[in-house]
Amino acid sequence: MGRFVVRRLLLTIPVLLGASFLIFAMVYALPGDPIRALAGDRPLAPAVVAQLRAEFNLDDPLPVQYGKYLANLAHGDFGSDFHGRPVLDTVVQRLPVTAKLTLVAVLFETIIGLAAGVLAGIRRNSFFDNVVLVSTTLIISIPILVLGFFAQFLFGLKLGWFPIAGINDGWYSYLLPGLVLASASLAYVARLTRTSIAENMSADYVRTARAKGLPNRTVILRHTLRNSLIPVVTFIGADIGALLGGAIVTEAVFNIPGIGRAVFDAVKGQEGAVVVGIVTLMVFFFVFFNLIVDVLYAVLDPRIRYD
Amino acid sequence: MKLSKRKSALVATAIAAAMLMTACGGSDNSGGGSTASSGGSFSIYIGEPENPIVPGNTTESEGAQVVEALWTGLVKYGDDSSVQYTGVADSIKSDDATTWTVTLKDGWTFHDGTPVTASSFVDAWNYTALSANAQAGSSFFANVEGYDALQGKTDDAGAVVAAPTATEMSGLKVVDDKTFTVTLTAPFAQYPVTVGYAAFFPQPESFFKDPAAAGKKPVGNGPFKADGEFVPGQGFTVSRYDNYAGDAKAKADSVDFKVYTDINTAYTDTQGGNLDVLNNIPPDAITTAKDTFGDRYGETPSSSFTYMGFPTYDPRYADKRVRQAFSLAIDRKAITDAIFSGTRVPANSVIAPVVDGYRDDACKYCKVDVAKANQLLDAAGFDRSKPVDLWFNSGAGHDAWVEAVGNQLRTNLGIEFTLQGNLDFSQYLPLQDTKGMTGPFRLGWSMDYPSPQNYLEPLYSTKALAPAGSNTTFYSNPKFDQLLAQGNQATSNDEAIKLYQQAEDVLLEDMPVLPMFYGLEQTVWSDRVADVKVDIFGHVDVASVTVK
Repeated sequence: MGRFVVRRLLLTIPVLLGASFLIFAMVYALPGDPIRALAGDRPLAPAVVAQLRAEFNLDDPLPVQYGKYLANLAHGDFGSDFHGRPVLDTVVQRLPVTAKLTLVAVLFETIIGLAAGVLAGIRRNSFFDNVVLVSTTLIISIPILVLGFFAQFLFGLKLGWFPIAGINDGWYSYLLPGLVLASASLAYVARLTRTSIAENMSADYVRTARAKGLPNRTVILRHTLRNSLIPVVTFIGADIGALLGGAIVTEAVFNIPGIGRAVFDAVKGQEGAVVVGIVTLMVFFFVFFNLIVDVLYAVLDPRIRYD
Repeated sequence: MKLSKRKSALVATAIAAAMLMTACGGSDNSGGGSTASSGGSFSIYIGEPENPIVPGNTTESEGAQVVEALWTGLVKYGDDSSVQYTGVADSIKSDDATTWTVTLKDGWTFHDGTPVTASSFVDAWNYTALSANAQAGSSFFANVEGYDALQGKTDDAGAVVAAPTATEMSGLKVVDDKTFTVTLTAPFAQYPVTVGYAAFFPQPESFFKDPAAAGKKPVGNGPFKADGEFVPGQGFTVSRYDNYAGDAKAKADSVDFKVYTDINTAYTDTQGGNLDVLNNIPPDAITTAKDTFGDRYGETPSSSFTYMGFPTYDPRYADKRVRQAFSLAIDRKAITDAIFSGTRVPANSVIAPVVDGYRDDACKYCKVDVAKANQLLDAAGFDRSKPVDLWFNSGAGHDAWVEAVGNQLRTNLGIEFTLQGNLDFSQYLPLQDTKGMTGPFRLGWSMDYPSPQNYLEPLYSTKALAPAGSNTTFYSNPKFDQLLAQGNQATSNDEAIKLYQQAEDVLLEDMPVLPMFYGLEQTVWSDRVADVKVDIFGHVDVASVTVK
C-alpha cells in the first residue's frame, strides 16, 4: 500500500513536466502580441515594449523559453505576470478561496446527491424516484450561467436569504455559489448512486444478507451502499479536480476571487508563466485526488489490493 | 507492505486531511466590507486594475479610479475642462512655451507624513520615463528634453541592444524644495493642461526604495489614504486623509473599492443595496436603470470617442472623396438610437464635447446626404461591385453597430460588406500597426488631458505614425502637422485652440476617419449616498460623495 502511494506520487513528476510543457506550448502558439495588447489604443514607448519582451523572454524560441522557465522554477521562482505580480502571490491569495468553494460544493454534491440516489434506488419507480429523475434531468440541462444568475436573483436579491455576491460573509457567502457549482455534479451523483444501488439490490449477496435475517438498515448501509459507491467515488474524485480549476462561470457570477478567473484572464492575456504555474498545480491536484480515489477503492471493496 | 482495510482508510483520510489543511490554511482575505454608519463609509465598483497601484504605470480607467482617490496632481480640471490650480502647483509659467517653471504650494504632505517637494515630482517622472522600469506612462515624457537618453536602444526586431544611458532627464531641474523647471524639446503652450494626468503624479521617497511594496499599499498625497494592501480580485479600503492640503477634503470617512469581474453581478449587488456606487452599467440594463433607480441615476458626457479609421495606404481608400462619401452615407443618429438606445451621442467632430475647443458643427461630412455621397463616389471611380471589409476586434460588443454601418453603406451606396470581426485585441492591434487593414476599422480614444491637441496630435500627426504612435490610419498631411505645431507654440490658450481647430478643419476635409459617436457615462447609486459626481474623465469624484 505504502509503496503503491509512493510509486504513484513519483509518477506525477513526469506527468507534471509533460503537462507544463504542453500548456506552455499551447500558450506560445496563441496568435497575437500580448505586449501590444497591454497598451490598447495608446502604444507603449518602443523601449518599454522591448524591455518587457526581454524581461519575459518573449523573443526566444519555445524550447529556450520553457528551459528558462524551468531553470527559474528550480530556484523556486514561479515568475510573474506582465504586470509584475508574482504568480505565487496570485496562487496563495486565490487558491484558499477556490478550495473553500470546492469544499462546499463537494459536500453538497456528496450529501444531497448520495441521499437522493440511495432513496431513489431502494424505492425504484416510486414517486420519490420519479421526482429525482425529473429534477436531475432539469438541473443537468440548464446551463450553470443561467442557474447562477437565477439563484442570485431569487435567493440573493428578491428573498435576501444569501449574500448576492462576494466573500465578505465568511463561509455563509460560499453556500449559494457552492450549491450552484455543485448542481450538475449533484445530479450526476444522484443518478449514479440510484442506478448502482438499484442494480445491487437484486444481487446474490443482498439476497443472502436478507436470508440471514439482517435488518433492512444493515443490508442497505453495510452491504448495498458500500458496494455501490465505487463508481460514485470515482466520479467525485475526478470532479474535485475539475471543480478546483473550472469554476470560472460561478466565480464570475458570484464575484468570488478564485483561481478559475485568474486562469481565464491569464489565457486571454497570453501570460505563459501564470497559466503554466496555475494549471500545473491543478494537474497536480487532479492526479492527487485520483490517487485518493484509488486508495479508497481498497476500503470499499476488500477484493481490491495494491501490493 | 500489506495494509489492513482500516489502515488504508486511514492513509486516504490523512492525505485528504493534509490536502484540505494546506488548501484552506492560507491567508483569509475577506476584503473588509464593514460599513459602519458612524461618520459614513460607502463602497464603489471598480473592474480589476491591470497594474499595481502606481500612477506612472496606470493608463487604464479602473486603476485610474483608485489612483485619483489616493493622489492629487499639480493641477485639477473643472467641469468645463479648464485647468484649475487647486492641486499641488501654485503656478506653472513660461515665457517661451518651452521652459516651464513649476512652483509648488506649501503644506502638502504624503500619507506617510513626508512633505511633497519638487523632487517628489522630478524623481517620479524620471522613474516613469526610464524604459528599464517598463512603466506604461513613459511616453508622456517624450516631449521633455533628455527623454531619449532614458530609453534603451532597440534594433529593428524590437530587441534591446543597449541599456539607457541616463536615469534622469536633462530637461528636469530642481531649483529648490518648492520649484522645478521642465524644458521641452519643442514649444507646447498647453503644457499645464497635460500635467494633471496620473502619469505626472508625485511619489514619496519610500516609493523608490520598494516600488513593488508601494504598488500594493500605495502612499499618495490625495484625499484618501490606503488602509491596507490592495488585494487583486477583491480591492481594498481607503480612509480620509485628515492632513490633506487640498480644498476638496473627503466627505466620507472611508471608501471600500470592490473589484467585480462581472458587471451584471455588480449591478445586481447595487440593486440589493450591497454596493453603493456603480458607474459601469450592463448594456442591456441601461434602458431600465433610469426607472429602477429614479433620481439615483445619473448620466454625464464622457471623453470617449468611437470612430472608424480608413486604411489610407490602401489604393481603394486613398481618394478623400471615397472617405467623404462613406461618411455622408452613414446615419449616426439612427445607429445610436437603434443599437445603443440613445446612450451614445452621434459624433460631429473628432474632439469630444467635454473638451474646451469642441465645435458641434466641425464635421460637414458627418450629416447624412445620400445624393452627394453617391456623386462623390462616382467622381472618385470607386468599384462598388467589390464588397467592403469592415474590421473590429472580437468580444468587445462592437458587432452590432459595425454591422449597422455596413447595412447603411449597402442601402445608401449599394456596396456589399464583409464583417471582419474574428481577431481579438492582441491580434487586431498588430494588424493595424503593420498596415494590414483592408477596409474601415474600429478605433476608440479617451482623453488623457482635456486639450484638443490630445485628440489630434497622437492620432493623426506624421510623428505619431504607427507602430511608435497611434496614427494607425497612416494619415499624413504637412499642412495639418504645421497647424498643430503652430497651436503648440501659441502664446495663449485661446490662440492655441483656434489653431487646433484649423488643424481639425484640415483633417475633417481629408476624412482619414469616420467619426461615429461619443460616450455617455451612466452611474447609479444606493439610497445611502448622495452627491455622486462624475468628472470629465468618467471617474467618480470619490472625495465629494456624502453618506446619509
